[in-house]
Amino acid sequence: MKLGFFLREAVRAVRRSAAPSFAAVATVLVTMLVLGVFIPIVQATNGAANTVRSRVEVDVYMKTKSTAADAARVRKELLAVPHVRSVQFISKQAAYAQQSKADPQAYKLLGSNPLPDTFHVIPDNPANVLSVHNALASAGTGPTRPGGGSGTIDSAIQSVSNKRNDTKKILEVTNLVTITAAALTVLLTIASVLLIANTIRLSLYSRRREVEVMKLVGATDWFIRWPFVIEGVVVGAAGALLAIVVLGVTKVALLDPLAGNWALIAAPRTIPFTALIAVLMVAGVAVSALGSGLSLRRFLRV
Amino acid sequence: MVEFRGVSKLYAGDVGLDQATFSVERGEFVFLVGSTGSGKSTLMRLLIKELEPTSGTIRVAGHDLDDIQRKRVPYFRRNIGVVFQDFKLLPNRTVYDNVAYALQVTGGSRKEIRAKVPDILRLTGLSTKLHNLPHQLSGGEQQRVSIARAFVNHPPLLLADEPTGNLDPETSIDIMRLLYRINRTGTTVLVATHDQTMVDKMRRRVLELSRGRVIRDEAAGLYTRDETTRDLAQRLRAPSARPPGLQQ
Repeated sequence: MKLGFFLREAVRAVRRSAAPSFAAVATVLVTMLVLGVFIPIVQATNGAANTVRSRVEVDVYMKTKSTAADAARVRKELLAVPHVRSVQFISKQAAYAQQSKADPQAYKLLGSNPLPDTFHVIPDNPANVLSVHNALASAGTGPTRPGGGSGTIDSAIQSVSNKRNDTKKILEVTNLVTITAAALTVLLTIASVLLIANTIRLSLYSRRREVEVMKLVGATDWFIRWPFVIEGVVVGAAGALLAIVVLGVTKVALLDPLAGNWALIAAPRTIPFTALIAVLMVAGVAVSALGSGLSLRRFLRV
Repeated sequence: MVEFRGVSKLYAGDVGLDQATFSVERGEFVFLVGSTGSGKSTLMRLLIKELEPTSGTIRVAGHDLDDIQRKRVPYFRRNIGVVFQDFKLLPNRTVYDNVAYALQVTGGSRKEIRAKVPDILRLTGLSTKLHNLPHQLSGGEQQRVSIARAFVNHPPLLLADEPTGNLDPETSIDIMRLLYRINRTGTTVLVATHDQTMVDKMRRRVLELSRGRVIRDEAAGLYTRDETTRDLAQRLRAPSARPPGLQQ
């Protein structure tokens, strides 16, 4: 009985105040559209930034005369360094095979194999790459290690790649991209909430006298509030639904044909469309219902 | 029924009500007179706990208003019907729905609503206007809707704040007659007004306020209790021959 009453009241309110309701639906529609476009873009950007960052590593070159035993020892030492996630060994033969395939004539001319054994040291987190590099390159400050040589942690190591500047730049740029995306997301979310809340507040303001009368007749706060909350749910759902339809049509008509050619659109890390729909629906309904319920609070103080 | 003891209300330095003390018995019909700003509306709003007094105690039907929690205020208000000068009807509901809302608020069943609403609308003479919207009615009709809404729960106390303030004399008499009819069912009625001729002719108890003070409380016992509403209306319509026994 009561739920039925609240539903009827909500539907009546939507019908009677068609213009404010339409404005609210349109607001939700626009904000959800922007969010729906923005979420995948942020994710694709973050995904791209992370891919770049995951390629950040430290290369360790062995001396040409080092033996397999040296290599095994160095591997253990590298793994013992803090923040090292994994170590990848490329033997000089493997490196030669790889390079000579790329440029067979040049390597045939050389005759012998000039390439050293190489370790790719991958840090647990791209941000730690510099500390790993420092640990490997400045053994002088650390405790003495077996066969400790000058400059590196092991005498069998010829050199540690010094791409300090490049690495730093990559980290800075990708950091900036991630932070910007996060900041934009926060701003956009705040803007959406405020926009929807304001629209709702306007439509409530035109009905504040009605609320006042209800209070004076002896209606409890929740008796007045429920129809407004349900109205918010209806409006939010309608707006989100329209936004989803628009997004769906756009995706099928414009994006899907392009996805084959353009890697960013097909980026595997972006949110699946069904999940995006769910997020938009929940966000639209929740913001709009909460907005109605909360905005009403100040008018209930009679 | 209603008891004010040393009640004061200050608005940021201005006096709304100053040490008001009086009481109204069950079933009385009381006029509250005084110029604008004398404290009539303040008194009404204190009675429905829309405002809190600065000091003093107010008792309504045995309840100290100070003891009623904010959450319980809606339930308290259901025992008081309120009629306003500007009617305060819900603008986009029909006459029927406006009255029904007061019952829906209290959790009245659909059956109860269907039984009570036509009844009260017949009593107030609105049977032909059930499905009209407020803006399609005359002022007098709107005020009758608002009285119907106030009375549909049969509250023990009915407050009317300037109920005839916006109405012509003839319509005012109809409204007063309706309020008197409600009073005859045993409901205590408190009417704020500055329609002096109406007050004089009705011959009911009068509380006069000035600058927030009760400066006159008289005429109790002067009126004939068992007057029919028809007689009352006739007397009100009569050209103002001052009724015997009422002193200026």
